[in-house]
Amino acid sequence: MFRATLKSLLARKVRLILSGLAVVLGVMFVSGAFVLTDTLGRSFDSVFADGFSEIDVNVAAKPKVQVNEMEGEQTVAPLPATLVDRVKQVPGAASATGVVNADGARVIGSNGKVVTSFGPPQLGENWTGESELLKLREGRAPQAEDEIVINKALATAAKVQVGQKVGVLTAFESKKRDFTLVGVFGYSGDRDSIGGVNEVFFTTPVAQRLMLGEPDVFNSITVQAADGVSDEKLRDDVARTLGADFEVKTGEQVAADASASLKEGLSFFNKILLGFAAVALLVGTFLILNTFSIIVAQRTRELALMRAIGASGRQIIGSVVLEAIAVGLIASVLGLAAGIGVGALLAFLFGKLAGGLTLAGIGVPAAAVIGSFAVGLVITVVAALLPALRASRIPPIAAMQDVATPDRPLTKITVAGSLVTGVGAVLLFLGLSGNAGGQTLSTILGGVLFAFIGVALLTPLISRPVVSLLGAIFSWSVPGKLGRLNSGRNPRRTAITAAALMVGIALVTGVTVILDSAKGSISALAQDTIKAELVIAGQQGGPRPPTFDPGVLDQAKALPGVRLVDGEYGDMGRIDGESTWVAASSDIASLRQIFGAKPTAGDIDRLGPTQMLASSDTATSRGWSVGSTVNVQLTRGEARTYTISGIYESSQLTNPVTLPATAAKDFAIPQPIQGFIQLDPGTRVSDVQPQVEALLADSPEVSVADRDAFIKQQTSSLDGLLTMIQILLALAIVIAVLGIINTLALSVLERTRELGLLRAIGLRRSQTMGMITVEAVVISVFGALLGVVVGTGLGAAVVEALKDEGITDLILPWGQMGVFLGLAAIIGVVAAVLPAVRAARINVLGAIAHD
Amino acid sequence: MTATVGQQAQAAARANDVWKVYGSGEAQVIALRGVSAEFERGRFTAIMGPSGSGKSTLMHCLAGLDSVTRGTVSIGETTVTGLGDAGLTKLRRDKVGFIFQQFNLLPTLTAKENILLPLSIAGRKPDPAWYDTVIETVGLKDRLDHRPAQLSGGQQQRVACARALVSRPEVIFADEPTGNLDSRSGAEVLNFLRNSVREHGQTIVMVTHDPTAAAYADRVVFLADGEIVSELIEPTAETVLDTMKKLDTAAEVGN
Repeated sequence: MFRATLKSLLARKVRLILSGLAVVLGVMFVSGAFVLTDTLGRSFDSVFADGFSEIDVNVAAKPKVQVNEMEGEQTVAPLPATLVDRVKQVPGAASATGVVNADGARVIGSNGKVVTSFGPPQLGENWTGESELLKLREGRAPQAEDEIVINKALATAAKVQVGQKVGVLTAFESKKRDFTLVGVFGYSGDRDSIGGVNEVFFTTPVAQRLMLGEPDVFNSITVQAADGVSDEKLRDDVARTLGADFEVKTGEQVAADASASLKEGLSFFNKILLGFAAVALLVGTFLILNTFSIIVAQRTRELALMRAIGASGRQIIGSVVLEAIAVGLIASVLGLAAGIGVGALLAFLFGKLAGGLTLAGIGVPAAAVIGSFAVGLVITVVAALLPALRASRIPPIAAMQDVATPDRPLTKITVAGSLVTGVGAVLLFLGLSGNAGGQTLSTILGGVLFAFIGVALLTPLISRPVVSLLGAIFSWSVPGKLGRLNSGRNPRRTAITAAALMVGIALVTGVTVILDSAKGSISALAQDTIKAELVIAGQQGGPRPPTFDPGVLDQAKALPGVRLVDGEYGDMGRIDGESTWVAASSDIASLRQIFGAKPTAGDIDRLGPTQMLASSDTATSRGWSVGSTVNVQLTRGEARTYTISGIYESSQLTNPVTLPATAAKDFAIPQPIQGFIQLDPGTRVSDVQPQVEALLADSPEVSVADRDAFIKQQTSSLDGLLTMIQILLALAIVIAVLGIINTLALSVLERTRELGLLRAIGLRRSQTMGMITVEAVVISVFGALLGVVVGTGLGAAVVEALKDEGITDLILPWGQMGVFLGLAAIIGVVAAVLPAVRAARINVLGAIAHD
Repeated sequence: MTATVGQQAQAAARANDVWKVYGSGEAQVIALRGVSAEFERGRFTAIMGPSGSGKSTLMHCLAGLDSVTRGTVSIGETTVTGLGDAGLTKLRRDKVGFIFQQFNLLPTLTAKENILLPLSIAGRKPDPAWYDTVIETVGLKDRLDHRPAQLSGGQQQRVACARALVSRPEVIFADEPTGNLDSRSGAEVLNFLRNSVREHGQTIVMVTHDPTAAAYADRVVFLADGEIVSELIEPTAETVLDTMKKLDTAAEVGN
């Protein structure tokens, strides 16, 4: 039996390679995701280990507001400079240095634009001298107030040289300030940066003022242990001396913690990639199922003969499953290898993008190997199980008969399909209506999966009318008509092939529907709400939003024709111990008018220094009313008590709470992020815009745009997300194309005699190719049509569920759907090329004589 | 039949010193050894011979389905030898009709669609009168909307005959057309072929190994070992059988 299985495997190489390829691609995604995150994770480890290698013990204030990797960079509150002396007194401490080291030092390059880092922080620091790690490559240390030193990678990116004047924006000053670049440094091992971080060193007082906002403070104190004192002992001694208000860690701990927080982000990324792998594998499952079904159907005679000469049903199942295992095993090995390559390539690209992250060696974690083999084998065997079962039911008598594949009724499969679709719909409903009891995401995903499988099972039934309707387009020509009839010939096969394409297209359509609706709803709301003709804002390139000089707000207000100006600040704060997004406005009255806010209680036109406004939703959920007092802890400063003085109606665009402008100095980013300008009626936008632009000359991170351009810019991040998802889902579509090729190739093989006859009675080669192409196009357009319909349904369900979240308009991307259908037609043509050529080359005589 | 003598001079299909060699060296097989034959217009010719005699090869070469090693083949005024794929396709489309042992109908098409398929492929309209005549003669009027799977073997073969006839080709090649039929259905099909020759002047060349089938023809050509060895005009089943027996004995003696 084993021998026979191997022989039959070899005899069907091409077919198995095609279906195996689907597994290879899916497994590649799995192992690639693991290899990428492992490699990047270890690279981060080594970057941080290096960065903190010279620190024995590090002292920092406990963060006042904890933020996670998704919310932004953690900003720690400053420490008083006097603490440095206290630390120095601790026995066992050889030295203690106050360090300023904060995100937000942005160098303006020679082209007048801010140099961005796309991820890693842009640190502003105080110069504390060279070390084993950090060495000046050129020039000298900063000595005067207007002197800076920057790292080599930053100097290269900014195209600036020692001796030049360089503009810098800092955390507390978003107005360009000129410094003289007096030196450029690098790191040991000839590195120009550590992990792509941009660094600017000032003299200590300047760093304190510009990066921390006040004199005589530091972010952290680094302590060197005296000879013979272990880091751990020193840490414990320092901690005991300083008390519980401070975080005292060894350098190793700091490195590990910093790395762990980044890795949290990576594991999220890993999950997303695995999600796409799951989609690819689902599609692959359809393809394998189809291939094995066809193989079994074609081998009916052979398998029946085996039964006739004494093989048991179990042995038949065994032989089919054995084939599946062989295919799965080979595909897993190839997929793993391809995944390692892809992971390495992506890590390399990521390193380049992140400003030259030095990659640790490519690692293949056990999870990648185990995952690859488990997924590859399980998927292949599970997909082959059904065909194997069918094979075992072939009666021995079939060996003696000329069995045409009987047209089995579709009743069973249709009933099953309806049931599975129903289960999917119920799960989706539960998940989307929020009744899934904490399992919302998995319920929704389960619902989507069931819906896909259910629709796939229903597809044979749907395929008959739809395919004949689609095919009607091609029926004007004889090859077209024949192709159309062929595609309706084996509804199950057509259905599974089309269903594979459906999955990818449905997901892309669904995501497009959701994102377009979100975009449209937000745009519409913004159009309705924002009564500002001009908006100051910048394109966010990294974790830190662009900011500008608050002085611009007052200058803009003074321009002729300007009626109202409002500058917006924002940060994560803790209110009564709960993390909440807090906003502050430079002018609460303007804010109210520009956003047309409606009061539901109290007064929202003014705000005293200890007063706070809340949105109606927030007030309801937190139980606040006018006169309630709350405790607010911001990133910097002490906790303060605010009184709710007014409540405004919630909308998508309102902030949960609004603080007075004076509170903004304690925000992690104490500079305005957006500015809204309302003009006097009758004033031309084009008259004012250039004047505001001129005011922003020293705030190169932002620009002024009219309202529509601003809304477009704000929603453009959704476009990027959509493109990314589409690219990742394209893989699922590629696998589906393999499925179409496979199905057609097999059909051509099965219909050799028929093709020979057609050629014999005068069908030209080109007409033969046309016939196969029509068949492919009908199948692929059918799949895409199903996908568009199912995807629209799923997307609309999600949009409906998100109505309360502010996605009020269902926007159907007709253009995109048209593109998908067109794309499907092209896919069909492409998939048909090889089978069509093969069909056209059929030797007429051989085909007819072949028995 | 004498009235058609004048036309007999112009053959519907002609083989001139045709050689067909398969393989080379040790494995070389000579299927045809210089066969020359003419198949007259408006006549029903049967090609007979024991298996391996080259009768099918001769038909395939005549029909342009297979190339010849040496010699020439022509159909009507067209020289088949040397035509490329496009030329051969056009020849098959316009001048040749086929009837196969396995019927070879397209399962997706109805009987009517199968019959009209060669015309549709060529983009021609059927002559309505001739179409009606063909349908009438094959007796398929009430079966036209059926798929091949819903037809009996005899009916399927009659559909195949109608398909070959409807485009009025120069010559119809039939390859063991009754091989898969019971004797009654076979007789029907053969009668029908003979009538289309007698009444409508169709030219038919039929390969068979069944003497009864050959007896329906106007003329029988006997092949053995790739050569034409004998010929009968106006054959009967008995004379054909006798000739076959003689050929068999000759072959055995020769061996």
